[in-house]
Parts: sequence; structure tokens; C-alpha cells
Amino acid sequence: MRKIKNLEMKNISKSFHSVFANKNLNLKINSGEILGLLGENGAGKTTLMNILYGLYQPDSGEIKINNKTIKINSPLSSIEHGIGMVHQHFMLIQNHSVIENIALGYKDTPFFFPKLKIKKKVLEFSKKFNFPVELSKKVWQLSAGEQQRIEIIKALLNGADLLILDEPTSVLTPQEAKELFKILNDMKSRGHMIIFISHKLNEIMGLCDRVIVLRKGEIIGDAETNKTDKKSLAKMMIGREVVFNIKKDKIQTGKPVLNVDNISVLDDKDRYALKNISFTIHENEILGVAGVAGNGQKELAEAITGIRKISTGCVTIKGKNITNISPRKIFDQGVSHVPEERIKFGIAPGLFLYDNAILKQHHLGKYSKKSFLQYDKIKAHTKNLIKKFNVAAPPINTEIRNLSGGNIQKLILGREISEEPSLLVASHPTYGLDVGATQYLREQLLERRKLGGAILLFSEDLDEIFELCDKIAIIFEGKFTAILDADDKRLSDIGLMMAGSLEYV
Amino acid sequence: MFKIKINDRENITKTRSLMTNIFSLGAGLVAIGFLFLACKVNPFFAISAIFADSFGTLYGLKETITKAIPLILIGTGLTFAFRAKFWNIGAEGQLLMGALFGTWTALTFGESLPGFIIIPMMFIAGFIGGSICGIIPAILKIKYSINEVISTLMLNYICAEFITMLIVGPWKGSERFGFPGTNNLPASAILNVIPESRIHYATLFITIVFAAILCVIVYKTKFGYEVRVVGENPDAGKYAGINFFRTTVLVMMISGGAAGLAGVGEIAGIHHYLGYPASISSGYGFTAIIVAWLAKLNPLYAIVSGIFFAGILVGGDAIQISLGLPAATVQIVNGILLFFLIMGDFFLKNKLRIQTRIQGIQ
Repeated sequence: MRKIKNLEMKNISKSFHSVFANKNLNLKINSGEILGLLGENGAGKTTLMNILYGLYQPDSGEIKINNKTIKINSPLSSIEHGIGMVHQHFMLIQNHSVIENIALGYKDTPFFFPKLKIKKKVLEFSKKFNFPVELSKKVWQLSAGEQQRIEIIKALLNGADLLILDEPTSVLTPQEAKELFKILNDMKSRGHMIIFISHKLNEIMGLCDRVIVLRKGEIIGDAETNKTDKKSLAKMMIGREVVFNIKKDKIQTGKPVLNVDNISVLDDKDRYALKNISFTIHENEILGVAGVAGNGQKELAEAITGIRKISTGCVTIKGKNITNISPRKIFDQGVSHVPEERIKFGIAPGLFLYDNAILKQHHLGKYSKKSFLQYDKIKAHTKNLIKKFNVAAPPINTEIRNLSGGNIQKLILGREISEEPSLLVASHPTYGLDVGATQYLREQLLERRKLGGAILLFSEDLDEIFELCDKIAIIFEGKFTAILDADDKRLSDIGLMMAGSLEYV
Repeated sequence: MFKIKINDRENITKTRSLMTNIFSLGAGLVAIGFLFLACKVNPFFAISAIFADSFGTLYGLKETITKAIPLILIGTGLTFAFRAKFWNIGAEGQLLMGALFGTWTALTFGESLPGFIIIPMMFIAGFIGGSICGIIPAILKIKYSINEVISTLMLNYICAEFITMLIVGPWKGSERFGFPGTNNLPASAILNVIPESRIHYATLFITIVFAAILCVIVYKTKFGYEVRVVGENPDAGKYAGINFFRTTVLVMMISGGAAGLAGVGEIAGIHHYLGYPASISSGYGFTAIIVAWLAKLNPLYAIVSGIFFAGILVGGDAIQISLGLPAATVQIVNGILLFFLIMGDFFLKNKLRIQTRIQGIQ
């Protein structure tokens, strides 16, 4: 007997700091249905689902299950009502085994010998839905896809009839995603209902029965997927036609700037994150690294900028060896870095805007005289940056933590580009930014390329890679499966290369 | 049913920060009032007596300044360590090490050297002594990830017991008639005081200059900038190519050295010999933590907050005797004030909202 035959969210509103994240949203889902929630970053998809899962309380509105109004004030009561959620970032304990993780979240786990009792149940489950799991493996040994399966099992074991998946494919290879869809379709045929959050049109069209499009906290569209098409959905999502305004001119490349020769690098757990990677970037050239997150992109950026140790191999900038020298010396050789986790690495949140505007340059002669900083010059530089890079900023003596993520990102990019680096290492420079800011930052990168800079660009956004790069390297499990020119026809199989099932080396 | 929601507060203004501090101190005093009530003492009388004794009489004022010297000196050093997010709880031990090094210098070279040579030597030696004691936990933290709260705290006991061992053993003075303690320092090594008081003005001068220099270092120099970045976000420091090891060691050298200078001042200005650790410092190293905190980690503000807490120490001593309160009263008063200051900080940085039943969903 299913606990939920239908579920309805009525007039849900929720605001943070007086900004609406959700505004009068209505949503309905029936048994055996897959509902897609489509929207850009920050459209309010995750907020709405967190309300349904009991993590947030709505400011107003009601939730009905089987036409009866219910109250969900915690994830626990949400689970009791038959709702399960798989978060974008998995809620698993890395050092525990799979079975221990499942036992931890299971409602009927006995106090003594918890693992023994539920083992049988889990195995039954994995057989029924036909996905294999290794119960004794530790979670950190599993791939992202396997970890996701554990999360799904956890939810199903607790009797979830409604499963919420928050951007489930963002961490998966295309092949893993396919397997996930098979599982989801199987669940659907057994009468489960699924809410599938994504901003990828292909997935929504291929998997969902119905789709709701959110923009800025409001519902823009609600359609059956077989009665609509990708183009109109994209239009709804972005609010206008998708046009790529940036035009990239062909430029003759110059002398080699960065030469990476056969380097291997360890990750935080002392496993090889990069194995024997080699490539070269020239002046006036952007090399894009495409790949699913966690295949060594972060480690590559850190190794080149001196934050991470290189085990073997050699990196040179314009012929000078910079292997394993300090980040400051590498910076002095003309290497700038826009880090992946900008809040974690890029700024000192409690310091002023102008302090952060010289985070890597404070030792340079133009901002300091002997041991002293020259704040008049620093402030002038900051004002200049803010103007040039369109940072919507309060006075420059505000703590930078008060700025929005997009403005922080613009400031960091401005700070790094203004040094006119011979090499700019940019990791996900437009991640999480709105359309306008994204466009602006991309133009800045192209401008840098025109002026003779070499750029190493990491991005998960394939559109961005295709739009900006002269050469594209595809990374999989710490190796390049291919380095191709951006107009190479073989790139139509980029998905396969990202999954490691096709190589051109 | 209601819930308390905690959110970050944006835009913390200077006025709000100051008002929070004042309010926290006020609330702390109210709590202390209840403590006095429990001891069957009129709280209004007791609290006013503390400040009347320490700031209202000439003798009290002189004593307050005397005790403010080590508090300010150590407190300014601690603001620097705390700014780098290095929780130095070991200033007491660093003070004692400074006292030890200063005493050794005076006893070894003092007889034959004039004051203007031996006294600077003593302060330099004291600074080195305190620095060593501060650098050890810094190295342990960076090289072996050993928590500095534990290591600095434990070093306090090591330093104290080491001094006790010396003064009952090899360093026991021939003039002490068998009592523990070194011989008195030679006359040239003793600091002059303002007549009719115990204010050793040389140390007072060092204190003010030290606070001013530190203020310049923190806000105007590259090194101070690096310390602030590392303290705010160590990952950003690494990304910016700041040498973490060098920064932390230098910070603790300065912070420990400041406490060491205070130790020399206490020996050369007040006690004139090295005795039991508890008599050299009445917990200045710990009280200075509160001084640094109340100063919002600004070295110059530490001068004001140092005088304030010195007043509480002096006034507290006075009411212990006049009102017959237990000896621990001052420590409890200080502890309560620190609690309220930290709580005030929490309310300054976070916004609390009480949520009652949510509309629409039963």
C-alpha cells in the first residue's frame, strides 16, 4: 500500500533577507509520475524541495498528501510521510562502510548488532531494483554513482514513495547517468513518484513526464514533456532566446607559455589524482579542460599554481622551471589563479574590500615601500578594479563578506587579470553567476587572450568551453583522453571521452 | 512551539560594536551583583567599592597603573596572536620565562655593569625567554598539528614548576636564610619607580611604545597584512603564497616576547628577586586574555582595557579585605566578565530571531 497517491504544494512562499526564493508556488504530482523541476542556478528549485523535505519552513502556503493537509516540520516527519531526498552533495560518512551508512539512517535499525539485521533487507532491495552494491566497502572508495545509489537505497528502505533528486547527474559520467535513469524508470513503473531537479534540458526531456520551469522563485511554465520542446523550455528558463553574443576571432598563437611535462600529482588521500599529464599552452591561446568534476581538475590547477606538490615531472613558464616552488614565486613568474572555491581560497572574508583587492600582490613594489603597505595606492587600485570589472560594491572599506558571490568573483577575476599575467589559470570562473555577469567575464577572458595571454580554463559548462577555447583537453581519472582543436569534428563524442570510453591520444 | 533562528549579521558598525561591549560589561556587572548577594554583601556597595578603591584614591590609582603595566604589555601581544587565530593561553608561562631569563642576566652580569647597560640586557633576555616559550607551541602546531590551546596551557605548568625547582634547588639564594628564592638583584639591575608608588616607569614606557609599534605593524605593514589574512582564512593565505610557518612563528615570537618583557618588569620593578611563580604573577597571563578580547584585538584599545582590568584587580583585592570576601572573588569577577564579553560577541556577529508557530500549516 502506497502512503502517497498524490501530493500537492499550494501557494508556497519563502523569502530570505526579504528576497523571495519562492513566491506563491503550486505543484502537483501523482503516483507513477516523474516531474522535472527546471531552472537556472538560484531559481528556487532547491529551496522548494527543502521545504517539502522539512529542512525549511515556508512563510506561507500548505502541503497536502492524498488531499489532506499535513505539516512537515523536520526531515524526520517528511520521511514518515513517505518522502525521501537525495541531495546534490551526498550525506554519507566517508570513513564508514556502505552497510553502516545505511543502518545509520534506517528507522528500524536495532540498537545491538545493527548491521546483521538489515543486511538481508538491503540485498533484497538491490536485487529488486537490480543495482548491485558492495556492502562492506568504505564510502570513500566508491564512485559518485555508487554513492548516489546508496542514498537512493537509504530513502527507499525508509519507505519513500516520493523521491526527490537534486541535480543527481551533476556528479555522474554520461554512462552512470544512463544507469540512473534506468533505475528511476523502473521505480516509476512500480508506482513511485519522482521529482527530478535539473538544469539540463536533455535529461528533463528524456526522463520526465511533466516539467515545471522556475525563474526567480516563480513558476514560468508547466507542461507535459511530449507536448513541448527544448527550445521553448530554454526560452522559459532564461527568459529570452539563447543567443551567444560573444564572437571569437581566430588569432595566430605566439610562443609557448606554459609547458607541462609528464607530471603526476597526489590528491588529499595520497592517491594519484593526475598521471603523466603533458600539454603546452601558447600566447593568445585558451586551453579548456572539460570533464566531470573530480577527475583531477582541481589538483591540476593547484599543482601549476604551487599550492599542491608535484610528485614527478616538470612545469615551466616561458622556459623557466617552476616545479614545486612557492606560490608567490610562481605568481612572480606571471601566473595568476582564479580558484575553484572562491570563498574558501580567494578571499579573507573579514577584511576590507581593498585588503582583498591585493591578496596576492601586496608584496609588489607598486603597493608597498619596504615593509609598509601604501594604502593610498591600494585604494586607488581597488576603485579602479571596481569600475573596470563592474563590481556592484558598497564603499571599499566594507568587509568583503557582505558582497554577493558574483561580485566577489568579479573582483577576484579583476584582481588576477589586472596583473596582465602570462598565464591565467581559471577554474569555473562563471560558476553560479547570472547571465549578464557570465557574459561579461567571458568577454574579459577573450580580451586577455587577444592581448597575448595564455589561459588554462577549467569548466563543467561545455557551452562555455566550446565558446571560449582554442583547444580542448578532456580529462578522465587524472589523464587526458584527448587534446583536440575546438573545431575538431571528433568532439561530437565528447561525452564518451569524458566517461573514459573513447580516447584519442 | 517556537524555535530560535540564528543568522549572520551583515554590516557590523563601529557604534554597534562599541555598544555591545558596553552592554555586555553592564550585564556582566549585574550577574556579578547576584554573586555578591549570595555572599550576603550589598552588590551596589561592593561594585562601587571596587571602582572607588581602584580609581577613586591616589594610592589605588597608583596601584592600578602598576598592575596595568603587565596586563597591557601581555594583552597587546595577545591581540596579535589572536588576530592570527593562534589561541595563546600560555602568556603566564611566557611571563615566567621572561622573568627567569631576566633574573639570570641580572644575577650573572649585574654586579659589574651599570644600570643603563644591564637593564636593556635584561629586557632583551626576557623577550628572548618569552619568545622561546611562545615559539615552541607554534612549531608544534604547524609541523605536527598539535592544538596550541593544549600546548600553550600545559607549558604554563612546565614553566612554573621549572622555576619552583630552580628556586628551591640550584638557584636558592644565600641571603634567603633557607627560604626559597634567588638572591636579590644587584642595585644596578633594579628599575626606578615614581616616588611613593610602585610604578616602574621604564616598563610603562616600553608598554606604551610596544602597543603603538604593534598597532603600526598590524595595520600598516606587509607582515601585519599577512597575519590578518592568515588569521581570517588560512587557505587564502596559502593561495596568496604567504609563508604560514614564518608568519606564525614570528607572531608567537612577538606575543611571547611581550609577556617575557612583562616578566622582567615584575622582577626588576617590584619583586627584585625570583620567588615562587604564584607570587611573581597573580594570573596576569590569564587576565590579559580578557584584556585582549575587550580591546577587540586592537593593540591601542588594549591600553584602555588593561587599565580597566587592573582596576578590578586592585579594587577586588581591597574589597576582599574590607568586606571579608573569599580570595577567589576577583578571578570569578574576571571570569564572568569574559563570559559576557564573548556572549556579546556572539550577539554582535549573529542575528537571533524567535519563530513562533508557522501560519498556514498546522
